[in-house]
Amino acid sequence: MPATKLSKAAQDHASRVFDLDVSSLRELNQALHNLAPGSNETAWEVLHPKGSHSVAVGVDQPVSIDVRGSVGYYCGGMNSGSTITVHGSAGPGVGENMMSGSITIKGDASQYAGATGKGGLLVIEGNASSRCGISMKGIDIVVHGNIGHMSAFMAQSGNLVVLGDAGDALGDSIYEARLFVRGKVDSLGADCIAKEMRPEHLELLQGLLDRAGVTGVKPSEFKRYGSARTLYNFNIDNADAY
Amino acid sequence: MTYRNPPTTPRKSATFDDYTLSEIRRAAATGIYDIRGAGAKRKLPHFDDLLFLGASISRYPLEGYRERCDTSVVLGSRHAKKPIELKIPITIAGMSFGSLSGPAKEALGRGATLSGTSTTTGDGGMTEEERGHSKQLVYQYLPSRYGMNLRDLRRADAIEVVVGQGAKPGGGGMLLGQKISDRVAEMRTLPKGIDQRSASRHPDWTGPDDLEIKILELREITDWEKPIYVKVGGARPYYDTALAVKAGADVVVVDGMQGGTAATQEVFIENVGQPTLACIRPAVQALQDLGMHRKVQLIISGGIRNGADVAKAMALGVDAVSIGTAALVALGDNDPRWEAEYNELGTTAGAYDDWHEGRDPAGITTQDPELMKRVDPVAAGRRLANYLKVMTLEAQTIARACGKNSLHNLEPEDLVALTIEAAAMAGVPLAGTNWIPGKNGF
Repeated sequence: MPATKLSKAAQDHASRVFDLDVSSLRELNQALHNLAPGSNETAWEVLHPKGSHSVAVGVDQPVSIDVRGSVGYYCGGMNSGSTITVHGSAGPGVGENMMSGSITIKGDASQYAGATGKGGLLVIEGNASSRCGISMKGIDIVVHGNIGHMSAFMAQSGNLVVLGDAGDALGDSIYEARLFVRGKVDSLGADCIAKEMRPEHLELLQGLLDRAGVTGVKPSEFKRYGSARTLYNFNIDNADAY
Repeated sequence: MTYRNPPTTPRKSATFDDYTLSEIRRAAATGIYDIRGAGAKRKLPHFDDLLFLGASISRYPLEGYRERCDTSVVLGSRHAKKPIELKIPITIAGMSFGSLSGPAKEALGRGATLSGTSTTTGDGGMTEEERGHSKQLVYQYLPSRYGMNLRDLRRADAIEVVVGQGAKPGGGGMLLGQKISDRVAEMRTLPKGIDQRSASRHPDWTGPDDLEIKILELREITDWEKPIYVKVGGARPYYDTALAVKAGADVVVVDGMQGGTAATQEVFIENVGQPTLACIRPAVQALQDLGMHRKVQLIISGGIRNGADVAKAMALGVDAVSIGTAALVALGDNDPRWEAEYNELGTTAGAYDDWHEGRDPAGITTQDPELMKRVDPVAAGRRLANYLKVMTLEAQTIARACGKNSLHNLEPEDLVALTIEAAAMAGVPLAGTNWIPGKNGF
């Protein structure tokens, strides 16, 4: 097993540096999973990810992890409480099924960002590709740029905030998730409609923007979208909608 | 007295039989396709069409009550640090909490644990009932990801990535609103009382190359400890098995069209997918072609009913079988004791399949608090354990008669087929001949 290259900061046991040119992905994830509650190793840095898949997946301690570069599939998958920052772009399924904590992508994100996420906050400072927030179940997602087609497909709960534009079929077959889009929406999917922005929604949105570190943007600039709830119970006369 | 010509006997059409006519009338009246539970009910080539040869001069048998016949099986030894070790090669298939009641899930766990085998969650997450009462629990990873969470993933004993199921290869699921109790709704993060659609595709991967990366993620999350199964419906068993192996599966589960479902369109159940018997040899062939037979374990399911079915499946090369419908019957599903209530529902014991409606008189496929009281998890678990014991003894009886000291030593050469169809599907000779249709050029 190659020795783990520790930076000077790592030697005081407060932060650890994992260089994926030197250490394996397995060693990184195992070390993160070995963290005991209350560990003082609260700051982690991952160097040279070079598009590796499954970086920092299944972390269940409230540590911060800075990934210096771009990652492949499923970075931060099932994250439970950690704060992950990717200083680059992320491949498909970043933050999939996140339970809690937060993930920030400084660059762009590929397909299915935040898929099925149960909680926590996913911030994408660039653009997100198609199916962003697919089947989301409580996660909050804030995208500074645009999102691709079929985003929030079958989205169950949570909030998706888009500062830019949304692609085709936004919110298709949506359940109770709330979608806030500042720019244009190419088209809405089945059973997704524009909804009134009431004071409680403006308040909610302001809170989401604050948590995502967005400044200079007002909640009133957004439109809200959600479920018309006409497909909640099967009715043969709705068959054309499917 | 006038002479009358002799009348002809009224003749019903074989094509437009009574069932077909009733279905046309039902569709015309309601405007909606029929949804039901269970698997394919049509007659299909099946294990009944195979026979064991037993021992004779060229093979000698083992003593029935003296000589040991091993039934144990290890699943997941390819990559997992902690493979599943079972005493019997019969596992309990995935069935969801939501489609099944809590007491029914508990009973499955109890019965499986008493028998030294595993049980499996379903499309609805892991309940305390089944985790607490299942020594070995397989956690399904489904397209809906209802209830999927890190804690349960880590406390599972194996993970089953569900790509499809035999009743509906390529189909998603639907849990109708009447079965969505507060507890089910909470586990699935959806409002109470609405229909819950389960997606037919996974939300964050498509195709075999993505699946490989998904499996890597699941292994990384669980520190490479847990066996990872891949379950497919009986669609293209050769290629699906090969691709699952390529993607890194420890265990491949192939579910034929007799495999049950909680709720699917009748037209889907009866017309999509292949019979269980037709799925086995192609799946085994794929493993053999890759040099992975017995290294990646193969589980087959769909219409396994008794020890003879178990032995026949194993003789064709599978490592274990899985039961769902049969396990529910052991718990009390479709029991004639509820005949009066089945009649009120317009059906009869043995034919009741409206499992999605939540009105199951046996208290198994329901979330009605009064109905589910009819399942005593301890007694029902005991019945399941008894049934599993009988199946195991039956399979051992046959294996010993074939001279095998382990169920895994059964082989295709122990079998013949009663029909040309079964001979072709199972790749064994038609009884009384040395003809295997499709082999040796004819």
